[in-house]
Amino acid sequence: MQKKLNIGLLIVIFILLAVPFVVPNSFYLDLAIRMAINAMIVLGLNLLIGFAGQISLGHAGFLGIGAYASAVLPTHFGWHPLLAMLGGCVITGILAALVARPIFKLKGHYLAMATLGLGIIINITLRNEAQWTGGPDGMPVPPMSLFGTEIYSDKTWYWIVAALLVIAVWASQNLIDSPFGRALRALHGSEVASQVVGVNVVRYKVSIFVLSAVFASLMGSITAHYIGFVSPNFADFFHSIELVTMVVVGGMASVFGSLVGAVLLTALPQALTSFEGWETVVFGAILMGFMIFLPKGIVPTLAAKFGKGE
Amino acid sequence: MLAEFLQFLFSGLTVGATYALAALGFTLIYNASNVINFAQGEFIMLGGMLSVFFTMAGLPMPVALALAILVPAIVGVIVEKLAIEPVKGAETVTLIIITIGASLVIRGLIQVWLGKGTFALPAFSGEEPIQILGATLMPQSLWVFGVTAVVVAVLWYFFNRTLSGKAMLATSFNRLAAELVGINTSWVLFMSFAMSAALGALGGILIAPITMTSYDVGIMLGLKGFVAAVVGGLGNGLGAVIGGLLVGILEAMGAGYISSAYKDAIPFVLILFILFFMPRGLFGGKSTDRV
Repeated sequence: MQKKLNIGLLIVIFILLAVPFVVPNSFYLDLAIRMAINAMIVLGLNLLIGFAGQISLGHAGFLGIGAYASAVLPTHFGWHPLLAMLGGCVITGILAALVARPIFKLKGHYLAMATLGLGIIINITLRNEAQWTGGPDGMPVPPMSLFGTEIYSDKTWYWIVAALLVIAVWASQNLIDSPFGRALRALHGSEVASQVVGVNVVRYKVSIFVLSAVFASLMGSITAHYIGFVSPNFADFFHSIELVTMVVVGGMASVFGSLVGAVLLTALPQALTSFEGWETVVFGAILMGFMIFLPKGIVPTLAAKFGKGE
Repeated sequence: MLAEFLQFLFSGLTVGATYALAALGFTLIYNASNVINFAQGEFIMLGGMLSVFFTMAGLPMPVALALAILVPAIVGVIVEKLAIEPVKGAETVTLIIITIGASLVIRGLIQVWLGKGTFALPAFSGEEPIQILGATLMPQSLWVFGVTAVVVAVLWYFFNRTLSGKAMLATSFNRLAAELVGINTSWVLFMSFAMSAALGALGGILIAPITMTSYDVGIMLGLKGFVAAVVGGLGNGLGAVIGGLLVGILEAMGAGYISSAYKDAIPFVLILFILFFMPRGLFGGKSTDRV
């Protein structure tokens, strides 16, 4: 395994290098950037849902904390954007760690309920604290600045995001093959059995939850700076569901499935704009179709069909 | 003081009854199939929207209301046949996404058909408020209380005294054992979707004259119904009713005494607290896992 050439990662790098030269205009470059950001969020979420087998229906709440930290802290308190980004991660990390212990005593639907509740509470708070967050209308986000230069151009953003994505894919692959990753997969298989062989189930569940929440917060900050604006919709229940859908459509417990799911479902709403008014119906029908006919997700189904694993 | 308290209590009980009906719907489907039906809220919406549509189309009120219960029940059955039955035994998260997909389709169709407007259904028996100790009670609230009480009584009778009800209960305890004694478990699944869609729609109809209705009211109502079902302990019918009323009352009290802006957050704060200390809800039994 270790000796094998990492073909998947090389393909990802190749595609990322090629994209800026093949996209016809800035609209598609923007789409590519959002795909890459979503891909990273989904990678983090897939570690939690696919590998560790724990549901989160409130992940957009963590994205929201990151995004609003990057909006509120520089605007109202004059923090440097990087410091604000770090601040968002710290707040998210503390919040996730606080709720994780009681939450992960729960299983299945109770866990779904608790994470859903947490996400909705975060969303309602962002919506209501209008003096800080601009309320339902949202607020502008100051530009990111690195080494004294402010970043505006889509091209620059693309290379930043692409580099981060390569690192994220590589890190996820390594994490999964590490003892930590094996422990996660073990507790997905059977919590009792993994406990018996000495895996501290609660500790692992809490760590992966905090890790994926902090990662989401980081991505929330990056999205906020890139788009230059945040609104509470970014942190709402539907966005949480979209992210979980990306995980499941691409393939649970599959690194490349995360990428495929994120790319497809980021592109889908664009493709559906031609349905004028029927978007919701078509989107819902496509979700159902995917889950009914490909319940294991695209990448694992294809991998099983052509007889090779990842 | 007392008047204010009573006022909050009345409005809490009224909306709580809707949550209770929705929570019963969650419970029925959960018991029959272990599925949390995230489309439950859309049945509440369908009940309200269809009753408005059928009365505006000129049908007499009783016919309109009956149709507004029947049509969602049929929709529930279609969802079950097309989307739930083919994926029996899939992972929890897959099933959640399927039901969310179904809810998007239902909501989207209503939005295309009836538009994004907000509608009100006329109250069943006048708008003349009743004065009780300084608080006012709308006659529609009495309808909500009365019908909910009757429904709960009928359900109790159905599950405890009739063969069909007992068959559904048996399936919820142990599907395989139920099949072995000759219970048609796919009929049970069919019935539970029809019944829970009808219950949701009924709740939506009863509350529509008070809270108004539009194509997107189902999301929050459904999620709060889910909260109510979990508060009582998933799968527990009595728990669902008590959970619904409790969520409704606390929401109304919180909105009245603490902050009306955070009204919608109150059920979710409540459920987090309950789950932190009682991981299986208020009335959920202890469970042991078989390894």
